[in-house]
Amino acid sequence: MPLPSLQRVVQQVGTVILGKEQQIRLALACLLSRGHLLIEDVPGVGKTTLAHVLARTLGLAFHRIQFTSDMLPADIIGVSIYDRESGTFKFHPGPVFSQLVLADEVNRATPKTQSALLEAMEEHQVTAEGETRRLPEPFFVIATQNPSHQVGTFPLPESQLDRFQMRVELGYPNRDAERALLQGVDRRDMTASLEACLGPGELLALQSAARQVHVAPALVDYVQGLVEYTRRSPDYVNGLSPRAALALLACARAWALVEGRDRVLPEDVQAVLPGVAGHRLHPILNGVRRTSSDIAVGLVEAVPIP
Amino acid sequence: MNLAPALASLLVLCAGIMLAAAPHIPRLPSWVSALALAAVVWRAWAAWRGEPMPRRWLLYVLVIFGVAGVLVTHRTLFGRDAGVTMLVLFLALKLLETRTQRDAIIVTFLCYFLALTSFFYSQSIQVAGLMLVTVLVLTAALIGFNAPGRPPLAYFRTAGVLLAQGLPVMLLLFLFFPRVQGPLWGMPTDAYAGMTGLSDSMTPGAISSLSQSDAIAFRVHFDDEPPHKKFLYWRGPVFWDFDGHSWVRGNLPLPRQAEFVPDGPPLTYTVTVEPHNRRWLFAIDLPSLVPPNANVTADYELRSRVPVRTRTRYAMSSFLTYRATGGDSDEALQAALRLPTGFNPKATALARQWARESNNPQEILVRGIEFFRHAGLGYTLMPPPLGRNSVDDFLFGTKRGFCEHFSSAFAYMMRAAGVPTRVVTGYQGGEVNPVDGYLVVRQADAHAWTEVWLGERGWVRVDPTAAAVPLRVESGLAAAVPAEEPLPFLVRPDLTWLRALRFNWEALANYWNQWVLGYNPERQRGLFNRLGMPEANWQAMAQVLFWTVGAVVAAFAFWLLRRARPGDAAQAAWIKFCAKLARRGTLRSPSEGPQAFRARAVRLHPAAARSIDAITALYIDLRYGPEPDRGGVARLRALVRELRI
Repeated sequence: MPLPSLQRVVQQVGTVILGKEQQIRLALACLLSRGHLLIEDVPGVGKTTLAHVLARTLGLAFHRIQFTSDMLPADIIGVSIYDRESGTFKFHPGPVFSQLVLADEVNRATPKTQSALLEAMEEHQVTAEGETRRLPEPFFVIATQNPSHQVGTFPLPESQLDRFQMRVELGYPNRDAERALLQGVDRRDMTASLEACLGPGELLALQSAARQVHVAPALVDYVQGLVEYTRRSPDYVNGLSPRAALALLACARAWALVEGRDRVLPEDVQAVLPGVAGHRLHPILNGVRRTSSDIAVGLVEAVPIP
Repeated sequence: MNLAPALASLLVLCAGIMLAAAPHIPRLPSWVSALALAAVVWRAWAAWRGEPMPRRWLLYVLVIFGVAGVLVTHRTLFGRDAGVTMLVLFLALKLLETRTQRDAIIVTFLCYFLALTSFFYSQSIQVAGLMLVTVLVLTAALIGFNAPGRPPLAYFRTAGVLLAQGLPVMLLLFLFFPRVQGPLWGMPTDAYAGMTGLSDSMTPGAISSLSQSDAIAFRVHFDDEPPHKKFLYWRGPVFWDFDGHSWVRGNLPLPRQAEFVPDGPPLTYTVTVEPHNRRWLFAIDLPSLVPPNANVTADYELRSRVPVRTRTRYAMSSFLTYRATGGDSDEALQAALRLPTGFNPKATALARQWARESNNPQEILVRGIEFFRHAGLGYTLMPPPLGRNSVDDFLFGTKRGFCEHFSSAFAYMMRAAGVPTRVVTGYQGGEVNPVDGYLVVRQADAHAWTEVWLGERGWVRVDPTAAAVPLRVESGLAAAVPAEEPLPFLVRPDLTWLRALRFNWEALANYWNQWVLGYNPERQRGLFNRLGMPEANWQAMAQVLFWTVGAVVAAFAFWLLRRARPGDAAQAAWIKFCAKLARRGTLRSPSEGPQAFRARAVRLHPAAARSIDAITALYIDLRYGPEPDRGGVARLRALVRELRI
């Protein structure tokens, strides 16, 4: 049975983001596996709202950074300012010093600024003015970005995309969900009135529970089979890296936890595969644009479960 | 593939070339060896230090001079020796223009061929072992070129595994591939020069030079106990004509039929004769069988139809005691009395005196033997040179000689006394190898004796060497020769440990000869006979080959598959369950997980929902659960068995 606390989280987020239960679960699994989340889609489908709602529901202290093309690293990390009274420079922490950072439209900033955030994501620490400062625990980044073919974007390079455990595409809502949205209350008001379902301690416990989910040798075989297929297949520019394989397993564990299981099944791997592999695999295009779920479907069908 | 070959693999290839060419070095012209070595070192150096390779024009010049050099050295570009020289030369030069991976792979393949050519010269264990190492090194290089980026030791490991995997198939091909008699391809005539053995004439000094060689002449396996040494006269060429200096076979019209009256049971044995490029086959006096592809002359010489150029094995039987009457026509007896005039006056006079004082040939013979026994003749491997009257010089002058001196002098005197006599050469004695029980006869055992015609007793063997120096026949060469004379190293009595080593090694070489190199069509037929397939033709052999190789490959594949899934019984039961549903039209796709399949199956077969649920839950528990219990597999099997859809 799914854990009641997690079920409440999914339910509450679902009241605001309508008809996107799968993506909500994926996002939750990503955060439970201690990974950072990238939400990508065209403007206006609710990326920011999802991030916002997640932060509130999980009860995390959060900052939002709106990325723009004239942003500098100091705008994220913080700056030292001369304090006249003490006669010294005093560090003013930037918005990155928060449990959950919402990096909105991350691909609108210049690569220099992007990399300042991405270093913080990887190391869980920032270095400013020659001093290294730890970031709070837990530390998440939920970034949103517009599809990179849109005007005024600096696409994230592969190495930085790889820092995100998972990428989720929201997509347009279906007819019923959109109707409910159009007839319902303003989402901003709803978000503001949300209560936290989890305390920070509870979230850490869930994260360690996710790490305890059992992975049988047969399942490792399956993960390896998938990874090896991407490396051998002529359809992709590069295969999945060992880091991607680790991410796949971690996310599958978290997904199994969200589903309420103490063991990982092949279905769990298949469920998180689009999110984990989609932004890491670059299909060799034959004039057909393929979404990350297309890639995952092809991959799942190509590799038999051992 | 325009990649430069990896350094490590290139160095391994250089080592492989050296190994493949190593057995040829004593045979190659020294300038070719030097040039090849220089090329290999240059290429290795160039790879190691990133130095430039020689320019193309230099290679062209080297090719032209190399071909010219081969032409000058061998006077041809064809044939075995010239061919191998060319191969080594061009292989070395090709290495100098090996810039891409493709070049390197071509050189490696050529090296395999070079390794093969070593067997044109020798097929001994040593060469086979060295070539095995060479093939291992070359395969490692080939793996290195194709899968670069691993430590070189890994190449060798993979190559070793590959060769080991090929071993069963190699054995089957060896045993069951239809054999052809003789070599598969004709060897050029230059391949048979330099073999040692008895000659077709006997000149004083010829056999004693042979006695310095401890090379093996032939090996014998007796069906029962080997006979006493004094019977071991291995009959070879027989000589009738003497010109005062050498004995030759002569050109005489012998009756076709070789006849004799045996006196006792025959002795049976098998002879494996080493190639000597002559036609003689050897057997104990007197042979009563004719080997296949051979015939027997009236004077009991066994002659193969073709020169013995490969190791030949034949079954033989002999009578140790006999009365030989073949070849006793008047012409033959006349021929056995012919002497050149104007030689050896003293010996002739003495022999005539015996003839005057005796009544019959038997008495003359006894006087002759007595004379030899008491003339103070000595045995030596280094006989002093003899003058024009060789018999006189030996008997009354130097008094020291080898078996051919004794037999030549004795035959001369018997003829001079009017007793028909002929000279027989061959081998005497031999040494039993205690390791495998084979009797080994070496070139050092070469011997010459005489046969005397004694009327109704026929041809009687008389060994004047034995009369003068009894030790030679009783105890062998080493005992008969004065202590200060040089003996073949391995015949010396004092080096016992070396002899023991030698016995072991020769026994091993003999097994190799008998069972590997001597595995001929006849032995193959024997094997098929034992497998219950008498008179197997080549089609039947090909079928056996096909099925056995297929079985080996299948067994290996099965083992690999088993290893891939180490006995996962739960998975096997699950596969059975899926097969059961598939028969009802619910096919699980290979990428469909158990939960998803369960959901679909339950929807399609609601009646069996409970069983399907139970099976799936148990399977998931066993396969993906943290602590699968042991009884679960049996339960799962039972559930699957009982499932009714």
